[in-house]
Amino acid sequence: MTFLSALEQLGLRASAAFERTVALLAFVGESSLALVGWFVHPSRIRWRPILYNIGSAGVGALPIVGLLSFLLGIVVAYQGSAQLRQYGANLFVADLVGISMLREFAPLITAIIIAGRSGAAYAAQIGTMVVTEEIDAMRTLGIAPIELLVLPKILALLLVLPLLTVCADLFGVFGGMLMARAQLGVGFSEFLDRFTKVVSVTTYLIGIGKAPVFAAIIAVVGCFQGFGTRGSAESVGRQTTRSVVQASFLVIVADALFSIAFSALDL
Amino acid sequence: MAGDATGDSPVIEIRQLSTRFGDHVVHDQLDLEVRPGEIFALIGGSGSGKSTLLREMILLQRPTGGTIRVLGVDLQNISDAEALALRLRWGVMFQHGGLFSALTILENMGLPLREHTEFDDVKIDALAVEKLTMTGLEASAGAQYPAELSGGMLKRASLARALVLDPELLFLDEPTAGLDPESAGDVDQLIRTLHERFGLTIVMITHDLDLLWQLADRVAVLADGRVQGIGSMSELAQMDNPTIRNFFAGPRGRAAQEQHRRQVPTAVTQMEDGRSP
Repeated sequence: MTFLSALEQLGLRASAAFERTVALLAFVGESSLALVGWFVHPSRIRWRPILYNIGSAGVGALPIVGLLSFLLGIVVAYQGSAQLRQYGANLFVADLVGISMLREFAPLITAIIIAGRSGAAYAAQIGTMVVTEEIDAMRTLGIAPIELLVLPKILALLLVLPLLTVCADLFGVFGGMLMARAQLGVGFSEFLDRFTKVVSVTTYLIGIGKAPVFAAIIAVVGCFQGFGTRGSAESVGRQTTRSVVQASFLVIVADALFSIAFSALDL
Repeated sequence: MAGDATGDSPVIEIRQLSTRFGDHVVHDQLDLEVRPGEIFALIGGSGSGKSTLLREMILLQRPTGGTIRVLGVDLQNISDAEALALRLRWGVMFQHGGLFSALTILENMGLPLREHTEFDDVKIDALAVEKLTMTGLEASAGAQYPAELSGGMLKRASLARALVLDPELLFLDEPTAGLDPESAGDVDQLIRTLHERFGLTIVMITHDLDLLWQLADRVAVLADGRVQGIGSMSELAQMDNPTIRNFFAGPRGRAAQEQHRRQVPTAVTQMEDGRSP
């Protein structure tokens, strides 16, 4: 009896998850179609909201992205220094900080911060507009909500997240450099000398290249969850939480897939 | 009445409409017609599907089956371009206003004009102010944000935005809900004035008995997925259908009816067409 009801629960959850996935895919399709429409008729591109989103998601996020990646660089160098010192391999801290920051940590921490900061804001904004009937009003006024609310966010984030990642690279390596001097006695010039030798442009580009994918995930999930709001203010909070959890989850999954793909490609 | 002068094909024609959410049947083979120039009201308990019906009429939701024709256009299989053209021919006033909170009232009203016309900013502002004053708001209210307005002013602003493209058809979702009696009376008066001035066809959802007695030419009672009765309020008051009886039987229903009887002179002109369903 309990086994059967557990089985039923499992089935219900699986079909609900399946439906949500289909709905998300439909939303991705709808957005892509609208985006194609923009490129076919460039006069329809809405520059104002794009610029506004670049400002709010990009410039506004600079301080926190800079600070957290700086701290992350310090932590990585500090943890590494204890091990490296044992072997007298102090200079290798540049390898450690440079490669781990540029390739993995900077894009990941930036994406996670933006998922919490902008992804949540997207879900909350759209969710509130659903509750206050603003989305319905927009449709009845002949304005496609996807074009006014979704595409500008996606495009802005596609542009901004790689730039923020570059900023995170800089601050992270700088943090590592400070720690290398304090803990291991590796001077700035030594560090940078080693850094330029071991960290290739490919490493840098791999890190930056992941950012647009993360950006698409964050913007699409945030907007999708916002549109999933039903009825009440309570629902806005639930959808906002869900957008952050899902976006962070998918970003990390995507990062893992990248690692697998890059190792298969020997990059 | 204004409606008698204009054409006689129905403004809205609903045939065999059915709507289901999973197993839940909202509309079951529902038929309905709205005539040109009339003030048509949809009433029914919560969950009777009147909001869903309204959403289907304004292209926010698709029915499961049946046909809806609005202003002569079939809403099934409508193309994006046709849908846009149709949307510009009607105005909708939402229950909570649906005004964009990030924009001022004047920007809210200017938005459809900026989107769909080639007018310059000066002309757009002038048109918006004109509609704003028409609904009884001060032009200075245009610079305020929706959050700064009272409930009654919000309704007026929302109505002003619905009118900004000079629609032929106006949908009102609970125009007086959440208002104090005085503001509600003002909105009644405003709807009447607009109707007389422009000969608009008005479709509204309301629970407001005063509004129904004073304003509605015909009223459709929705229950169990169908139209239980349709006619003027006086006609409905005579019907035997239990659902309709319940509506009139409550103390509030009786009070509104009583008040209506005392105001016979104005009421007679309201009911003079006396068309039966």
